[in-house]
Amino acid sequence: MNEIIGYILIIVGVVFDFFGCIGLVRFPDVYNRLQAATKCVTLGTVLLLVGVALVSWTGPTSAKALICAFFILITSPTAAHAIAKGSYASGIKLWEKSVVDKYSEKFEKKD
Amino acid sequence: MITLSYIGLCICCLLCLYRIGRGPSAPDRTVAIDILGIVIVGFCALFSLVTGKDFYMNLAIAWSLLSFIGTIALAKFLEGRSFDE
Repeated sequence: MNEIIGYILIIVGVVFDFFGCIGLVRFPDVYNRLQAATKCVTLGTVLLLVGVALVSWTGPTSAKALICAFFILITSPTAAHAIAKGSYASGIKLWEKSVVDKYSEKFEKKD
Repeated sequence: MITLSYIGLCICCLLCLYRIGRGPSAPDRTVAIDILGIVIVGFCALFSLVTGKDFYMNLAIAWSLLSFIGTIALAKFLEGRSFDE
């Protein structure tokens, strides 16, 4: 039973990774690419690691896979936030069809 | 089933490499490098499952931490600040 659920989670995780990478290629802007790719790939890789932990249950691999999933859940949104702030500060424009830009008000207030 | 997963992750790596090579600006490449690191962590987990060896999972943990540190360093470089602040 563990193995069946684990293999299903691995397949779903790989599908999420694939959709995230398609979003990384197809979206028009840095910020769109960032939000599509980071969310999808984080969820997909965490599902894949939980699936590996379920398939190899009661082994050292399982505990290490859960630790690795915890690390990725913490570090990946932090890295995405840092990249978004850095790319905005380095002067990358938004896509011309983007509607709202709340972050520019904060930059103007600071100056 | 596992072979299909390998093929899917290989296609993901190729798409990330396409964005790294083609990306018009530096933040595009930084995003693609970050995503490539996370995909490779999943790849290491699948290797550990198939071969039954344990150290591939150590490799995955080390790779995730190093990828995080490298991405933070690249983001601070994009922001135009020095590393001491």
